[in-house]
Amino acid sequence: MPGPSEPPTRAPHAEPVLRVENAVKHFPITRGMVFPKKVGAVKAVDGVSFELRPGETLGLVGESGCGKSTLAKLLMGLEKPTAGRAYLKGHDIFRMRAGDLRRLRRTMQMVMQDPYTSLNPRMTVADIVGEPFDIHPEAAPKGSRATAVRDLLVQVGLAPEHANRYPHQFSGGQRQRIGIARALALRPEVIICDEPVSALDVSIQAQVVTLLERLRDELGLAYVFIAHDLSVVRHISDRVAVMYLGRIVETGAADEVYLRPTHPYTQALLSAVPVPDPTARSRRRVIRLTGDVPSPADPPSGCRFRTRCWKAQPRCAAEEPPLSLRAAAPHPSACHYAELHRVVA
Amino acid sequence: MTEPSHSWDTPTAEWATRPGRATVTVPSSGEHLLDVRDLRVEFATRDGVARVVDGVSFHVDPGETLAILGESGSGKSVTAQAVMGILDTPPAAVRGGQVLFAGEDLLAVPAERRRQVRGQEIAMVFQDALSALNPVFPVGWQITEALRARKGVSKAEARRRAVELMSMVQIPAAAQRVDDYPHQFSGGMRQRVMIAMALAMRPKVLIADEPTTALDVTVQAQIMDLLAELRAELDMALILITHDLGVVADVADRITVMYAGRIVEHADVHTLYAAPAHPYTRGLLASIPRLDHRGHGLRSITGSPPSPLAVPHGCPFHPRCPYAQQVCRMTAPPLLRIGRLDRASACHFPPEALDARPI
Repeated sequence: MPGPSEPPTRAPHAEPVLRVENAVKHFPITRGMVFPKKVGAVKAVDGVSFELRPGETLGLVGESGCGKSTLAKLLMGLEKPTAGRAYLKGHDIFRMRAGDLRRLRRTMQMVMQDPYTSLNPRMTVADIVGEPFDIHPEAAPKGSRATAVRDLLVQVGLAPEHANRYPHQFSGGQRQRIGIARALALRPEVIICDEPVSALDVSIQAQVVTLLERLRDELGLAYVFIAHDLSVVRHISDRVAVMYLGRIVETGAADEVYLRPTHPYTQALLSAVPVPDPTARSRRRVIRLTGDVPSPADPPSGCRFRTRCWKAQPRCAAEEPPLSLRAAAPHPSACHYAELHRVVA
Repeated sequence: MTEPSHSWDTPTAEWATRPGRATVTVPSSGEHLLDVRDLRVEFATRDGVARVVDGVSFHVDPGETLAILGESGSGKSVTAQAVMGILDTPPAAVRGGQVLFAGEDLLAVPAERRRQVRGQEIAMVFQDALSALNPVFPVGWQITEALRARKGVSKAEARRRAVELMSMVQIPAAAQRVDDYPHQFSGGMRQRVMIAMALAMRPKVLIADEPTTALDVTVQAQIMDLLAELRAELDMALILITHDLGVVADVADRITVMYAGRIVEHADVHTLYAAPAHPYTRGLLASIPRLDHRGHGLRSITGSPPSPLAVPHGCPFHPRCPYAQQVCRMTAPPLLRIGRLDRASACHFPPEALDARPI
């Protein structure tokens, strides 16, 4: 556990290993079958910037439709960005030629949400975990592959003899360990975890979270940890970014954002999380949001949260609040009227 | 870990014979609104017979919320379906027990009577509202389908009642939305439609099977509030089937914890969180990250829940239990009452003995 004595790998002031600047992804909406005409765009990710330092975990939270998974896909090159830049170790991966990108991809890997559909049922565990070596033969010389796979399995808490089995012979938690072993195969520096524990049972979630923490500390990995479970994110993250309708609305050190939230959306989100403590019932004040998240095809003018915000003023419709430092707390918040409101006891 | 002492290994006799610690297979006296006793459900599969629900007993009364807590495969949903009478038989078969609704055993009544109770007296809300609703009919039509079919309510009257029910579950502009189709509603609103449908016949018992699992956290809070309000307003008994310890802490009065088809512990909500008795409950509480404080390491339960086809011999939890002893591998512990009425744990060792052995 990273306690008061932080492991040496997590240097807070080191050069960022990943820097994203103003990432944008718009999905076009088209009309007409024969001559499709663009009539609009779903603004899934609309100007997101963040930095990730070596050995650090950035938690990305938000409700469904806020763009957090699209952002993960952009970073992994699974979607083409509409605009923006993303520097992985100083190289812009949004503008890179395919061959160069492939070489650089070793540095950044991904763990998927669903351990049932993200593993090919016809491949053995050894094939799944060793497949990255087919694309990057330089990572493991021909003769040493079997050993490398076995070492990876041990590293994630599986047994070497599991190598010859098939995914269906494993439980959900074990499958997620296989997915993690595959992500580790090329010795990356950054791992994008897209909801890595949300498909797992409660008693298994803790096992996988603990494993991810141990690997981070042992290997000096940096994580972008995407999840909708705010309790898990608080547990694992050093820093947190809260997303709403394709934008980051508040970001900062995890304790800062959880204990001193200044954006109304963050406050509402945190207040709604049920705490596993019945004595907290009387203390809890859930901020009830009215209405639903607006369509990302037609986001509100000005502040995107204003349609559901209890503090909205005419200024909020006219002027978009930038994500900047506010007087209320020493971390960036995108609210004109940012003020401290503690919601987590 | 030190070698277990002899006295630790054989405490069962003493602990079971202590006064006030009788085996509780049959709940206490008095008639409950819904009283499930020793329910047993099996599934015939290609690989053998799976005992999915194995001697489950619980009860609820009007105005009360009982949570049935368990992970996937614990048998919590099958229990609900057996109570509701919507199990697919075969492959499932109810092998024993009673489901007493106001004193009448629903497992013994003719199918016709069962049908009357289902929906009218006991109704259910399902997890996935999108697949539970019919996409080709307007929601108002679906909400009042039962009213028209069973009570012979006229079309105009049904429409009026649909609007009324939709307002009751706080769907804005109900009168305009009554003719909309399920896809035109958001996830949270669809779940409200499901609740309105379940309430159409004014049931006395509402079973909600993971009603908020598919929803975002802010919407989840709204739906749980709504269920709690309606329960109080209509004086219903609410059975909440869930895996979420946070939701349970928020709304439940009493909790029944299931593991591998059996009840391992039941207690009122405050006692369960403050002083969990069964090692599984203790493990679950230690393994969840908390929003309100970080820093403490998560103590996960090792291994994974057993397949219902291969439930371990003896105590089903023993392979994962840090306290397991020889006796746990040999004999399945009965559900033993602890102290006060209506609190029990299926462990060979009393909570004080577990406390004395830190893991």
